[in-house]
Amino acid sequence: MSIRKNIVFSDPIISNNPITRQVLGICSALAVTVKVDSAIVMAFALTFVLVGSNAIISMLRKKIPSNVRIIVQLTIIATLVIMTDQLLKAFLFDISKQLSVFVGLIITNCIVMGRAEAFAMQNSPKDSLLDGLGNGIGYGAVLIIVAVIREFLGSGSILNVTLLPASMYVENGGWYVNNGLMLLAPGAFIVLGLLIWVQRTVTNYTEE
Amino acid sequence: MAEILEHYLSLATKSIFIENILLAYFLGMCSFLAISKKVETSIGLGMAVIFVNGITVPLNWLIKTYLLMPGALTWTGISGMDAVDLSFLTFITFIATIAASVQLVEMLLDKFSPSLYNSLGIFLPLIAVNCAILGSSLFMNERGYNLAESSVFGISSGIGFAMAIVMMSAIRFKLKYSNVPDGLKGLGITMILTGLLSMAYLSFSGIQL
Repeated sequence: MSIRKNIVFSDPIISNNPITRQVLGICSALAVTVKVDSAIVMAFALTFVLVGSNAIISMLRKKIPSNVRIIVQLTIIATLVIMTDQLLKAFLFDISKQLSVFVGLIITNCIVMGRAEAFAMQNSPKDSLLDGLGNGIGYGAVLIIVAVIREFLGSGSILNVTLLPASMYVENGGWYVNNGLMLLAPGAFIVLGLLIWVQRTVTNYTEE
Repeated sequence: MAEILEHYLSLATKSIFIENILLAYFLGMCSFLAISKKVETSIGLGMAVIFVNGITVPLNWLIKTYLLMPGALTWTGISGMDAVDLSFLTFITFIATIAASVQLVEMLLDKFSPSLYNSLGIFLPLIAVNCAILGSSLFMNERGYNLAESSVFGISSGIGFAMAIVMMSAIRFKLKYSNVPDGLKGLGITMILTGLLSMAYLSFSGIQL
């Protein structure tokens, strides 16, 4: 049993990662990764919603009639998202402004719905909680890696701390210019595409 | 008159090309990646998104303005109602409206236009959880559009999504004949292609109407 628990928890972190393998939750992974701090907040927000919704839905799984299950799941998820949004607005107002509509969009984030449908509806609350935690961490890891790459190449800083010496830049007589493309949409797509390539080569997986 | 027309035309161009909901805001990626394998199915999904988006964005505007905004309930005439602020319920009402109108559209189409229903049918349930739809409503809320602007915005962001998905499916069709490295097959190469497509869309950003 403990081995199974381990698999439920650790599998989604690397080998069955929600973003790079299951193709879930791509929208927010791309949109909030311009800066590392917003990526971290988003990762925590999603993990909170995912763990909560997985646990609640799995507790109610025998009570939910199957023909209205989508709307019941959406209601549970939306309630958790509203809680997260209000908390962010109260305690981290600046970052919640940066994340703008993307906190609300956790409702339609495919990871939350996908895990509720695929896992929480069939498994016990304990397993579902672990599954939620594992998927949340897997999602967060990808988010933070993409954000580190984009913020470093795009603004020369990580977590708003400038890493490159000012004398390196062209305007101070150096040779370096930040890659502005990384801050725009195409940079996100390309970085994530390459990351998927790396993850799938390492785990030896080919899609047909 | 001409100025008003120009205003809406520029809003439409902005939401179709410059701020394309998929290529600039990353909304609706899940269904974009899952459906864009065949041109016919992506045309179907694209049409369904235009349709549902054109209905739900103005509908959500009405709900926001007459039920949720601070002081929105003043029209009921009940004393003390102007102090009520229900805007924390925005997410849950928007998603409920979307799910309900998708269900309604599905039933109406089934009754009155079976041929359209057959072509859009399987995509409609998918759309209820498409982030492009909820995202358009949330953007409408955040940017403070009025009723006419939100109708135009709803339809044209749907058109933007449809264009992007049809283009992508055409590219992926061609991709079948290329030799892609193993780990990059499927999702990886699609992401990179979307990146290139989005880079091409950046060239629209200079357009001023």
